Amino acid sequence: MENRRGRHTVGEEVIGIGAEAILIKAKLYSFTVIKKVRVPKSYRDPAFDELIRYNRTVMETKIMIEAKALGIPCPSVIEVDPHEGLIVMDYIDGPRLSDILNKLRRSHLGRIFYTVGKYIGKLHENGIIHGDLTTSNMILHNDTVYLIDFGLSYYSHQLEDKGVDMHLFLRALESTHYSLSKFLFDKVIKGYSEVIGENEANKVIEKVKEIRIRGRYVKERRKAKSNLRHKE
Amino acid sequence: MENVVGQSFYIKGVGVYESVEALNRELVVLGIESTAHTYGVGIATSSGHIIVNVNSVYVPIKGGIHPREAAEHHSKVSAETLKKALEKSKLNVKDDIDGIAVALGPGMGPCLRVGCSVARALAYYLDKPLIPVNHAIAHIEIAKLTTNAKDPLIIYVSGGNTVIMAYSEGRYRVFGETLDIPLGNCIDVFARELGLGHPGVPAVEQVARKGKKFINLPYTVKGQDVSFSGLLTMALRLAREGKHRLEDLCYSIIETAYNMVVEVAERALAHTRKRELVLTGGVARSRILQEKLRKMCELHDARFAVVPDEYAGDNGAMIAYTGALALKYGITIPLEESYVKQRWRIEEVDIPWVKR
Repeated sequence: MENRRGRHTVGEEVIGIGAEAILIKAKLYSFTVIKKVRVPKSYRDPAFDELIRYNRTVMETKIMIEAKALGIPCPSVIEVDPHEGLIVMDYIDGPRLSDILNKLRRSHLGRIFYTVGKYIGKLHENGIIHGDLTTSNMILHNDTVYLIDFGLSYYSHQLEDKGVDMHLFLRALESTHYSLSKFLFDKVIKGYSEVIGENEANKVIEKVKEIRIRGRYVKERRKAKSNLRHKE
Repeated sequence: MENVVGQSFYIKGVGVYESVEALNRELVVLGIESTAHTYGVGIATSSGHIIVNVNSVYVPIKGGIHPREAAEHHSKVSAETLKKALEKSKLNVKDDIDGIAVALGPGMGPCLRVGCSVARALAYYLDKPLIPVNHAIAHIEIAKLTTNAKDPLIIYVSGGNTVIMAYSEGRYRVFGETLDIPLGNCIDVFARELGLGHPGVPAVEQVARKGKKFINLPYTVKGQDVSFSGLLTMALRLAREGKHRLEDLCYSIIETAYNMVVEVAERALAHTRKRELVLTGGVARSRILQEKLRKMCELHDARFAVVPDEYAGDNGAMIAYTGALALKYGITIPLEESYVKQRWRIEEVDIPWVKR
């Protein structure tokens, strides 16, 4: 990899090949940093590829800075070059939540997910949709949960987008930690409503239910639709 | 998903009938598929030997699949298809076959009812157990069988489905899916509206090969989910405006739609860390999509496999094979309860035959 920006980094080591980016751990002076590089994908049209990498790098940077300002634990941005699809950020040392979830005690998990709920509430309150809430995108560092990967984040105040964000998180929990998912999601909701208020939280939860039955081949769909019509 | 309705449907677990014997013995099952445009009869064994696979596909003269007309087609060809399958198999239906499997859903009601009626009649007449099979699960199982995959991430793309899933804790779990219309449907409708014919995917792809310029169209990925309706609306609007070459538009809709699927597949692969990826369903025949996924898998050192063309679209053999697997675990359904289920999600089905 050409080292145009962040050229002072040394001791580079690839620590992860994510879906759209390569994560490189490196030293910048005395800091340990992560270089997130959105590499061109050979399976895409070059014009399309360039556009999507540029847009996402800019958006991710903006939102990370803003989330940090809101007091949400997440990596700090050190340097950015959208043309290269490069972001240099803090390295958060610790295991991913998905990897250690089964080893933690229930009460501890409850606390963690309650806090995560609060973070999501804070983001939504300020019109930020994370867009990819999964337990792989949460790191436990010194007993603090860090949100990472704002690569699919965007700005929106719409109920629909908040609902989709929550729905995706719930589904991610169900598909990876099925037996715990209900317990965990309840805790998330608890933290979430404390931040954005019970009223607003209920609206979002209702939206999540609506989104679920919108899915294909869901049995309650027809019934729910006719109920909705009755209400109107 | 908390979905109580229809879940107690199954007789769960082993031991409903001849348990020990059935588990050790090779079972032969006749399967009937009629969820959409294909009426198919297949015979397969529980160890994965496909004896016959006879299918008749309804091709609409104009427009898309009309459920009633497709059902009429199915009832016309049902006897002949069944006869052909039995003749080809050289089996004695009374002695050699252990059960009748049928795709009870998901699919189009009128079409489903044809296959289900035939299956019920056969089961009653021959005094064989009737086995309920979920059409989507059958697509997964035939793909795993033909590609020899053990624990893959599965991409199921067709005219009726766009789902990314993997096995976890007794069932196939959905990681991502379309929030509105399926991939095949999106391209089919685009083709139909522009008079490119049915099925639309190969038609659009052929035109797209001559396209050069990429036109920016709505690209909608929400976490692991995709959405195609905005893309379709925009592509059709641009086509009607006529400012762009048709070749470029076809190229761009194919490029955008497939990139969305590949991206969510890539995310799911990174998230689940599976070592294998299997492509199944009717759109699995697309060489362009195969190529994109193959390149993506190379980046992640994952093995890429695709279901053979013969078993990509709907077929009877996949229902027979999945039925045989289910029968091994005593999954049957009383005739009087064998309603068709137009809506029947993948996560509702217990998968006792996958061992971890």
